[in-house]
Amino acid sequence: MALIEETEAGEADDRKVGWAERVPVQYWVVIILLLIMPAFASDFTLFQIFGWSFILGMIALSLMFLAGYGGMVSLVQMTIAGLAGYMIAIFGDSAITDISQGWPWYVSIPIALIIAMLFGSLVGWLSVRTEGIYTIMITLAIASAFFYFARQNYVVFNGFSGFNGVLPPMLFGVDWRGSQAFYYLTLFWACLSYLVVLYLSRSPFGLALQGVRDNPRRMAALGFNVNAHRVAAYAFAALIAGIGGILLTWQSAQISPGTAGVGPVIDILIIAVIGGLRHPIGPFIGAFIYVVLKTFSVDFLTALGLGGERFQLLIGISFLVIVFWSPDGILGLWEKWRRSRGKDPLRDAGESKL
Amino acid sequence: MIAAAVLLWMIFAIWPDWLVDAIGRKKIFLNALFNGITLGGLYFLVASGFTLIFGLMRNVNLAHGSLYLLGGYIGYFVADVTGYWLLAFPVAFVVVGLLGILMQVFVFQKMEGEDLRQTLVTIGISIVMADLMLWGFGGDFFNISPPQWLSGPLTTFFVTGAKSSGELVYLKYPIVRIVIFIASVIIGLGMWMLLNRTRIGMLIRAGVDDRDMLSATGARIQLVFIGVFAFGAGLAGVAGVVGGTFQSVAPGEDIRFLLASLVVVIVGGMGSIPGAAIGALVIGLAEQLGSVYFPTYAVVLTFLIMVVVLAFRPQGLLGRA
Repeated sequence: MALIEETEAGEADDRKVGWAERVPVQYWVVIILLLIMPAFASDFTLFQIFGWSFILGMIALSLMFLAGYGGMVSLVQMTIAGLAGYMIAIFGDSAITDISQGWPWYVSIPIALIIAMLFGSLVGWLSVRTEGIYTIMITLAIASAFFYFARQNYVVFNGFSGFNGVLPPMLFGVDWRGSQAFYYLTLFWACLSYLVVLYLSRSPFGLALQGVRDNPRRMAALGFNVNAHRVAAYAFAALIAGIGGILLTWQSAQISPGTAGVGPVIDILIIAVIGGLRHPIGPFIGAFIYVVLKTFSVDFLTALGLGGERFQLLIGISFLVIVFWSPDGILGLWEKWRRSRGKDPLRDAGESKL
Repeated sequence: MIAAAVLLWMIFAIWPDWLVDAIGRKKIFLNALFNGITLGGLYFLVASGFTLIFGLMRNVNLAHGSLYLLGGYIGYFVADVTGYWLLAFPVAFVVVGLLGILMQVFVFQKMEGEDLRQTLVTIGISIVMADLMLWGFGGDFFNISPPQWLSGPLTTFFVTGAKSSGELVYLKYPIVRIVIFIASVIIGLGMWMLLNRTRIGMLIRAGVDDRDMLSATGARIQLVFIGVFAFGAGLAGVAGVVGGTFQSVAPGEDIRFLLASLVVVIVGGMGSIPGAAIGALVIGLAEQLGSVYFPTYAVVLTFLIMVVVLAFRPQGLLGRA
């Protein structure tokens, strides 16, 4: 997946070649595999494993965008997703008819996303006033404040139980919660956000953001508005997280404070870190691993002789192992392995420790 | 000044009827006020260790809540087995402090200067510890009961009202809370003295300002780091015993107190002990008064305080820019 960096060098020469041939063959394999997946995968795999992976991957992608390109580890992404989910339940349809407005999808979805972006920008505006490590603390505090607020507020957020019966609209006569339709829906949005992040990372905005990450002072001296770039990054990340949040709400057909509790907030960070914060594909790999672990942990833990409920222990230890030995996550391990393969054992002996 | 005068009047005077009509009885107000102050004392105990560790080592120890909870469990079992409540404090301090030393030596020394990685590791540690404690101690609530001489209420000299016969009614308040609050004030003053009046304190303050320069002068900074981490962790353990006596020891409390200390140090200023004291008092009062006077929005009040402080003083009330 990290091959994309290699193709860049040769890009100038093969401008005349069609775009389809410029995409490496490994990519085609993955694309086709993902497209024909419904032909052989079970409904459970499509809906629960892949659908969920894509959604969590998108939310983690928004964190990866902020952390990887902006150097801001924001723990508020799951909260933004939860907020978007709440908004879609409040403005759209749900089983709680007292609160839900029942507006059509083409009104409620944009409103939900706009509110999510506004909230994301507000959080960004607050947290860019401090630097580095403080971001984690502030965003964690905001995320938990949202959780407690949503749990206590019955007028708007319907308190502890939240909303259930939040279903996607029946567009084009398709039931979008059917496993195949939902698979393609999440696949589409996941791919789109992946490509947009990839594109944005090479656009002037993305490059400026990476400059801000590496040396905010120099970028300010060059005339860039450092804080504006950071807040804009927060707003964009909130958009991706918001889309993920709406899909997540549709998948489980409900939204409650627990969806955006401290546990899930940390889980998103774990997903992004396990996958790797260097490249947008990392969060999706991390999400897939997380979902598989979570789904099959009971069997796995029972096989180890532990109780099936020790999932948190398993995920915590895997997280610690990754942070200890490969700060760049699975992607870091992959790159290490590639580098060690292409190395001359006689000449490059000293460089193995990277 | 006017606000302080009004507050003093509200504490000492007998409330006229219109005020009672407006915001309820004085007893409720005084109870909320004192609960807020004593809760602030507890928050200070947790947050001061957190802010000390952060100030010196730039390490956001997100496992601090887990250390607090571990201290609570240890305190419960020590007090339960031996029957001595006071014994719970030194044992929790030493055991949790030792755990802090282990964490500093085996984890944080290996990744010095990598703030983000250290923070991620502390998240991992807190997840693992939370699950291990859930495994070991179960999901039950434990209450550490204070000894006989500390249980029961103390009649204070604060007047809550007058009976129709003209006899004054005085506020009764749990004696254990008062004792614990006084103890946390003493601990706070002791820390302040240690930091500002002793050689070790000088080393720590120098380390906060510029740790590279400090180690260049020949001070054994790793020992200072270990000592501070052990002390901060031990304080969290002691706070766990206090919290277990105030409230209860249960899964989930770790996150609650981690968040409380986060908000306290964000409001008070990171790395500053007096800041932690002020922040703890403000947050404790906001929580308690908020839960009495606007129950559904108590959390929002705490959060609003944090947002306002961040918006106007990003470094916190007493933090240095």
